Formats: sequence, C-alpha cells, structure tokens
Amino acid sequence: MAETLKAKSPHLKRFRYTQDIPVDKPFNWQQLVRLLKYVKPYAKTALPIAIIAMLVSTAVRLIVPVIIGNYVVDQVLPTGDTNLLLSFAVGILALYLLSYVGNAVRIKYVNILGQNVIYDLRHHLFSHVQRLSNRFFDNRSAGSIIVRIMNDINSLQELFTNGIINLLMDSIMLISIVIILLVVSPKLALAIMVVIPIMFYISTKLRKNIRRSWQQVRIQQSRVNSHLNESIQGVRITQSFSQEDNNTEYFHGVNDDTFQSWRIATKKSAMFRPFVEMSNAIGSVILIAYGSYLIIYDPQVTLGNFVTFTFFIGMFWEPISRLGQMYNQLLMAMSASERIFEFLDEKPNVKEKDDAIEMDDIQGHIEFDKVQFSYDEDRIALHEISLEMKPGETVALVGHTGSGKSTIANLINRFYDPTQGSVKIDGTDLRDVKLDGLRQNISVVLQDTFIFSGTIMENIRFGRPDASDEEVIDAAKVVGADDFIQRLADGYETEVEERGNILSAGERQLLSFARALLADPKIIILDEATASIDTETEVKIQDALKRLLKGRTSIIIAHRLSTIRDSDNIIVLENGRILEQGNHNELMNHQGEYYGLVKSQFQMLDQL
Amino acid sequence: METFKKLKQYYWPYKRYFFLSLFSLFFVVLTTVAYPIVMQITVDDIIREENYGLVPVLSLVFIGIMIVKSISTFFHQYMGDYFGISTVFNLRDSLYKKLQSLSFHYYDNAKTGDLMSRLTADVELFRFFLSFGFSELVRITLLVLGSLSVMFYYSVPLALVTMASMPFLIVVVRKFDQRVHPAFRKIRKSFGRLNTRVQENVSGMNTVKSLSREDFEIDRFADKGDNYRQHYLNTATIWSKYFPLMEFIGNICVVSLLGFGGYLVMTGAIDVGVIVAYFTLIWYLVGPLMNFGFVINNFSQSKAAGERLLEILESEDEIKNASEPVNPQGVKGHVTFNDVTLTYVENDDQALKNISFDAPPGKTIGLIGATGSGKTSITQLITRFYEPEQGELLLDGRPIEDYSLKEMRKHIGFVLQEPFLFSTSIKDNIAYGNPEASMDDIIDAAKRAQAHDFIMAMPDGYDTLLGERGMGLSGGQKQRISIARAILINPKVLVLDDATSAVDMETEFKIQKALKEVMKGRTTFIIAHRISSLKHSDEILVLEDGAIVERGLHEQLLNNGGPYQRIYDIQYQDKEAILGENKQHA
Repeated sequence: MAETLKAKSPHLKRFRYTQDIPVDKPFNWQQLVRLLKYVKPYAKTALPIAIIAMLVSTAVRLIVPVIIGNYVVDQVLPTGDTNLLLSFAVGILALYLLSYVGNAVRIKYVNILGQNVIYDLRHHLFSHVQRLSNRFFDNRSAGSIIVRIMNDINSLQELFTNGIINLLMDSIMLISIVIILLVVSPKLALAIMVVIPIMFYISTKLRKNIRRSWQQVRIQQSRVNSHLNESIQGVRITQSFSQEDNNTEYFHGVNDDTFQSWRIATKKSAMFRPFVEMSNAIGSVILIAYGSYLIIYDPQVTLGNFVTFTFFIGMFWEPISRLGQMYNQLLMAMSASERIFEFLDEKPNVKEKDDAIEMDDIQGHIEFDKVQFSYDEDRIALHEISLEMKPGETVALVGHTGSGKSTIANLINRFYDPTQGSVKIDGTDLRDVKLDGLRQNISVVLQDTFIFSGTIMENIRFGRPDASDEEVIDAAKVVGADDFIQRLADGYETEVEERGNILSAGERQLLSFARALLADPKIIILDEATASIDTETEVKIQDALKRLLKGRTSIIIAHRLSTIRDSDNIIVLENGRILEQGNHNELMNHQGEYYGLVKSQFQMLDQL
Repeated sequence: METFKKLKQYYWPYKRYFFLSLFSLFFVVLTTVAYPIVMQITVDDIIREENYGLVPVLSLVFIGIMIVKSISTFFHQYMGDYFGISTVFNLRDSLYKKLQSLSFHYYDNAKTGDLMSRLTADVELFRFFLSFGFSELVRITLLVLGSLSVMFYYSVPLALVTMASMPFLIVVVRKFDQRVHPAFRKIRKSFGRLNTRVQENVSGMNTVKSLSREDFEIDRFADKGDNYRQHYLNTATIWSKYFPLMEFIGNICVVSLLGFGGYLVMTGAIDVGVIVAYFTLIWYLVGPLMNFGFVINNFSQSKAAGERLLEILESEDEIKNASEPVNPQGVKGHVTFNDVTLTYVENDDQALKNISFDAPPGKTIGLIGATGSGKTSITQLITRFYEPEQGELLLDGRPIEDYSLKEMRKHIGFVLQEPFLFSTSIKDNIAYGNPEASMDDIIDAAKRAQAHDFIMAMPDGYDTLLGERGMGLSGGQKQRISIARAILINPKVLVLDDATSAVDMETEFKIQKALKEVMKGRTTFIIAHRISSLKHSDEILVLEDGAIVERGLHEQLLNNGGPYQRIYDIQYQDKEAILGENKQHA
C-alpha cells in the first residue's frame, strides 16, 4: 500500500515522498504452508536434531525446580544427611551438563536450519527474477526489487531460525509448567494462573499497539532518509539556486515530525516493562499470601512446594512473551511472504519447449515471416512484418520512438514470442530452440552500458566468464580500448564502479564493445550505442565498431546518420510497419521517407 | 572521551532528562534487590514461624515496592530515550545545515552512501549509547553491588562459595566478546557484499540480459549468498559454544548454593529462606555480567561513530562570504576572467590555465572541447563553486568575492547535462529557485522552455509528482523542466552545460529552439559538442587540456585549420555528402 505522506505544517509541502506502509496481513494458512515447504529438505536432518536437543534442555529446566523443592527442601534438608545432599547436588549438576549440551546443539542446528532455508528461498527468488522479461524490470524501480530480495527475505530469517523451534518449545514449556503446578498443588496453581491471561494480553495487544507506533516512526524516518539522500545528490542544484535556507527549514520540520512520533513510541514502549512487572507482582503476591496460608493450614502443601512455585512463577513470562512475539512475527512474515510470492508467481514471457533444440553453431541468418506482435491487447506493435537478414549483413532500423525498432530486436532475442507468424534463425523457428543456446549467440550493445564494481579486466570478462587474461586483452586491443586502459594507474587491474568517474562515456562504450567481442556472438544488436558520445570520440569509435561487426549479422538501431549510412540494408519503420528498405544510396534516390528524415535533420540544425 | 566532549553541545542541553533517568534508575535497582528479601522473609518469618499475621503487611509492602519499581522503570527508560532522541533531533538539524553549506570540493570527494551511513547508522549508534549504553553501565554496576551486599549480609561464607565460579564467567564473557564482535562485523560486511551484488545485478539488468549472462549472475550471487550463510553459521557456532557455557556457569553457582547452602541449613547457620533469596540473587549477578561485554562494545562503537559525525560537523566551509558582503542590485551580467588558473587537488594538474575573456551583458560565449578540457570548470568558477588558484574574476567589474554568495548566485541560472529534479510536483520543481513565484510565472517559464504542452498532457498537469515513484519523464522532458527552473529565477547570467547531449535529434531541436528564446537579454555560456548549438555565439572558446587554444566567431574558426574546423568537418561531412547528392538528383 502506498500513501503520500502529508506534512502537518504547510511549509512542509516542499518535497513529497511516497513510502511503502507495512500493513499487517491477515493470517493465511496457504501462504504459511507454502513457506514451510522450504523447510522440507531439512525435515530429516537439522530439524529433528534441533527438536531433540530442545526437548532435552527444556526437560532439565522443568525437572530441576521440582527436585529442589519437593526433594531437597522437603526431604533431604530435614534429615541432615550431608552425603545424600551431596549426591543430589551432583545429580543436578549432571542434569545441567545435559542441558548445556542440549542448548549448544540446539543453537547450532536452528541456525543451520534457518540459514539454509533463507539461502534456498533467496536463491530461488533471485534465479527466478533473472528469467523475467525486460518489461518486468521496466515497470518497477530497482529499489523495490532489491528490497524484496534482501529485506523481505531477511525478515523471514528469525522465523525460520528460532521461530519454529521456539513455538514448539514455549508451548511445551507453558503446558508443562501448568501441569506440574497443578500436580504439586492444584489450589495454589489455579490461584496463580490468573496471571497467564493478563500476561498474554500484555504480550499480544499491548505489544501490537507499541509496534504500530514504531511503524509510524519508521515511516517518518524513511522520509527523512529519502530527503537526506536526495539533498546530498542534489546539493549542487540547491547551492546554485541558493535554496539552502528553505531546505533547512523543511528538514527542521520533518525532523521535528520524526521526533514527535519517536517520542510517542518510546513512551508507549517504556510502559511495557512496568506492566510486565505488575503482572509478575500479582503472581508473587498471590504466592506470598495464599501460598503461606496453605502451607500453614493445609497439611498437603509443603515448604518445598512453595520453593518450586517461586521458581516457576518466574518462568511464566518468558514463553508467553515469546509466543506473543511469534504472533507478531507471523503477521509480519505474512506481508513479506506475500510480496515474495508475488514475484515468484510472475511468469517469464517465453517458455522453453520440453524437446527444445540446442543451438550451438549458427550462421546468423534471420527471417521474419509475417510477424505480428502486441505487448498488450489494444496496441499492436508490429503488423505482419516480413524481412530477411543474411549472415554477415549489417541492417539498420530507422524510425521514431515507438515505430517498432526495439520490438524487432526483442523478438530476435526471443524476449517475447510473436503473436502471429514466426521468427527463424538459420531456418529454425525460435519457439523450438533452447533459450540459453540462442542467447549465447546474440549480444546487445546498449547506449547506457553498466559498469560492475570490480577491475576493468573483470568487467570485460563479463562477456565470457571463462576467457583468459590474454583473450580479454586481445579483445580490448581489437576495439581500441587497450590504449586508455594502459594509461590508467593500475591498467587492467584498475578498480571501477558504476557511479565512479574514472571512465568517460566513450571509454565505457569501448569497454562494452570489448565485452561483446569477447562473447563472440554471431548476431549483434546495437541499440543507440553511440548516442551520448562527443564527435571526436565517435570518430574513434567508428573504427572499433567496424571491427566488432565484421563477419557478424548486425542490427543497428540508431538516430545518427553517420552510423547508419554504411549499412547493407536500411529498414524504415513507422507504427510497426515497414515503409521502405534498401541501402543509403537507393533510399536517397527514391526520395521517400528516409530521404525526408535525413533532410529534416539537417534542416532542423540549419534553422537554429 | 575527547569525542564526547566535542559533541557536548548537542546533548548537554537535555541533561535534565539524563539525570532524571539516572535518578529513577537508583530506585529501579533498589526495588529489584528488594524482591529476594521479601521472599526470604516470607519463608523464614511467615511460613516457618507460622506467623500468618505478617502476611497483609508484607503483601502491602511488596505491592508498594512493585509500584515504585514500575513507575521508576518507566521513567528510567522514557527519560533515557527522551535524552537520546532529543540529541538526535538537534544533531541531525546541525548535520543537515552543515551539509547544505559544504562546498562542491567537499562533495567531489564524498560518496553519498558513506554520508548516508553517517547520517543514519552513526547517529543511531551514538543515540543508543546516550539512551541506553551509559545508563546500562550504571545499572549493571549498581545491581551487582546491591546484590552482593545483600548476599554478604545474609552469609559471608555462602556468598563466597556461591560466587566461586564467577571469575570463570568473566573470563568466558571476555573471550566470547573478543570472538563474537569481529564475527558480527564479518556478517555485516558479507551482507553488504551480497546487497551490492543484488543491487548491481538489478541496476545492470539490461547489460546482463543483453549478453545473456543470467547463469553467470546466478553463480556469482550464489557465491555471495553462500559466503553470507557461512559467516552467519560461524557466528552461530561461537554463540552455541559460549552462550550455553555461560548459562552452565550460572547453573554451577546454583549447584554450589544448593550443596553448601543445604549444608549450612542442616548445621543451622542459615535459614531456608536465604537459599530461596539466593536463587534469585545469583541471576542478578550472572545476567548483567553476560551483558557487560555488549555495553563496552557499544561504547567503543559509539565513540567511533561520534568521530565520524565530528568529521562532517568540523569540516571547513572553503568558500567564505566576504566580511562585508555587497548585495548585488541590478546586476547587468558582465563577466570577466583575467588570467585565471584553477587546480582542484593540490599537486594535481591544473584544470584551467591562464584563462582570460570578457563577456559583456547579453552576449553569448560558446565553449567547445573534449571531455575534461575544462569547459565546466569555467562555468563553476563564475558561481564561486570553486576558488581560482590565481587570477581575477569580475562580475560587473567587481571581484566576485565581494558579493554576498547567496545573493550573487540568485542571478545565475544553471542547466546541467543531467538534470536533477526533486521528489515533488512539477510545479514545485520549476519553482525550486523561487518558491514564491506565482502560478502564472511558472506557466510562463514552462511555455518558454517548450515544456508546457507535455506537462498539460499529463493526468495531473503541473501537480504531477516526480521522483522514484512519480511519473517517469524522458531525458528531454526533464531537461526542459530544468530549463524552466533556470528561467524562473530570471537570471542575468545563464549557463547551459551540455544541456542537450543525451537526447535525440528531434528533442534537441525543440530544446535548442526553447533556449534561443530564453537566452535573449542574458549573458549566456553554452557548453556543447555540436557545432550547431553554439555557432551563433558572440565568441567561441575552444579548449584543450584547460587552455584556450582557439577563439573567435564561427566564421573565423571555420577555416582556421584548428580543432574547431576538424570537429566541423566531421559533423558536416554527412550534410555535404547528402545534400550534395540530393542536388544532383533533384
């Protein structure tokens, strides 16, 4: 659920940030069962070990108070037999040793369980997302995808680590305590148990209320953080427009809003412990008053029973508190898992056939046979396109935004299947081939290439991870990137990153050429690859480009005439139809759409 | 302690909350220690003496104690938190103010991520120590002292025997802390690497898909994910070794209490009630001791965090206002550079070398040259974002250092290559430099920037929200909004820094048309790659490695045989060729 934060005071409207507001989802069994499926692989290994270890230490915790009260206090101490006392002490020590081992094993194995489940779940989600279409990524901000893979999965970590075991342990503990107390002294037990519902109330309702107020704080905090982030990135604009004071006033306002909601939340939180203390106090008072009364007037109740009770009364709160937390945790897990499953239920656009053919070595002969395609029902992106690209040919696609250029490229890559007609490479319908094999043979060089953090060497090697250092350097030499790389402080070992300013736009472009060359595809698609480069660099890059395209079927999507004019074939598109095609000279002679496009570009510039 | 002293001005104003919290803490500890005493009295003086008459008094006293405990617990926690969050409020305001005023030079070397982590994580660490860490230290000390006094009061030998294994606990806790904190840091680092991996994967998805490297990416991710799991499990192993051991040592105390205490009861040295009281008191010692390492660690972390905050707060504003700044009135926009040299980082190459030119009011200066040749540096000196190493910069004949910084900048409008827009409505983005502007002025500016039509075509028009979740705008649209933003302050000097490089021809044409209109009557600096954008300039400066290598009018430079002609030839070869061919066939 997204909601725009409205600031209280009017001057706080200066910036507006939208935030995800975490809402509790109603408990959903189906979702829980789906989550628990990830535990299944460990149902015969880590899980039972952890459970047995937990049972051992829980049993010790329950038995010792009974031994101390009913046996040591009531039976051993009155005899004055020091040897008997010693053997009881040794016996209890042995039990504690057992519990020590149990705890150690439990802590170790619940973590093994939790971490493995979280790893599997995250791996599943990440791998699934890799296969989703470009559309999926176009419609979402990078941040919202990352939040699901990282934060949403992490918020399930505690549930899978301690949650399941604790739920079991606390239920067993609570029920056992009640039973033991009832056996030891039914009257006293019944009297003291009035605190259980009070504690449950505090642990669930009060805690929920507190959690709500912390949610408010987090929402405010994230607004503060969004603004801080933006104000740092936009500081140059702020200073050029002398808006420092106005911004400071705005920040003071949101900072104060945060402070106020924070104050409310801490106040509510500070009330939690006092309530717990008071509920404990009620139990203790009942024990003191009614307990001592029973011992004095009821022969069945002993001093040892009283001692046993003092132990157990202090043990009520822990399991109840954790069960309450568990309840809250489950509700939060519901909203996190709903978001995770939403991604997992997202289907990839194209499906591989079971008997798909491997496509290893191709010639690069591309055919479109009456291809029709639409992204959604009401808008047709391509109308019955038929075309042919011969191996080694360079084909340019020309047209305005939305004319269908990128769609043709997407179909060749089989990011989508045509709604009608067929796309064939070397005579094979793309619907019959294995995706990986197909895409290994195709590289796309983009206008805005991404630089991964790491060395230059690693960045080029991204094109083919098993390439040797020599192959990487050779590729860089061929596209003319070697010169500038050698000039960098650490050469090929220079560390770079996306937002670093070590590389200029032209140099980044050369790196992406080297990447593509290293991948050695039979088909190459250049998508506006040279748009953001200055003239002199572009001239240098033209040479590299020629070397890159040599011997490959190349599809060029470009606005600049200089990149298009040397193509073997130029296809002019408009609204998903081919208007005309031919080489530069033919089309210029024809004086059709292409001629008009070329002319208008220069006319535009001349008008200025 | 130096760090805390330096940061005193941020938390000391709220000292009374701190002292109130400490004052309440005193009662919390006092009432905590009272509980085992009450139990001892119940067992020894009521049950064993069969003196039921004492029960009502004791119950009332006990409830009274618990009420005091509840109230003081509340105030201890609330006042402690109040102290912490008030400091955060104060600190954040100061940090923000500082960040708004720090120079471009500072930001050249700062990373957003690093600053953000200081503003969030470090502030939080510092707060946690103020709110919780320090008073927890006091609480542990008081509780340990209080419990020990009660124990020794009851029986010196029993106290000594019961506590015999405590030194071992201290050793174990120390060892645990020494191992667990580095392990936690490794988890955090490993998680950071996993996060970076996912972030790069998602941000670079186009590149991943274009080379179909999904499997490679999954492998790299699995590698980082496994690393995180491994680090986490290593820490869990440390945890599983030490934590049960600490509990076991506490339990050894219970056993020695039972053995030796039982013996003392048999000999009549103490009563049973003392043992009952001891059962509680033991955990008052063991619990805090187990926590001690955590608090100490928090102290050293918050000290480091405080230092990082001080680094921001104490960094100097390099660009200073004149002591008696002149408020520019009726600026004409006459910009003069006399022999200006600029170096960004000491001992580095000069970014600008002996630049001189004169831009009279209303004239246009074109700047052309390769990336890194110094075009942008010139424009950033005009606004005093940096200070020149030598030379003189004049605005209307007066050194720019004489002017009030903010007032002077209001007369200079900037349009940058990558337009930065803020998360607010289109309207407020246009009015960013002049929040008081009327709606008519805003629309007028948008019209002149050729932005009005596409803004009106949006569902919410001028109220359309921008930002990560807001409407996605194309590069050209953003650029036109940033042009409108620059016009709205009605600047006398306008800087267009490569404003059209990232857009297609048609959009460029639209923007150029818009610019031509808004340049009228302003001194304009145009930085561009395309000759067509700046050929009408009154003077064109061709830059190479920070020096002016050619200057003059378009017509003069065209046949000068220099770099300008070279660029022209490349850009217009197509035109000659195409239009030439065209004529032949016409």
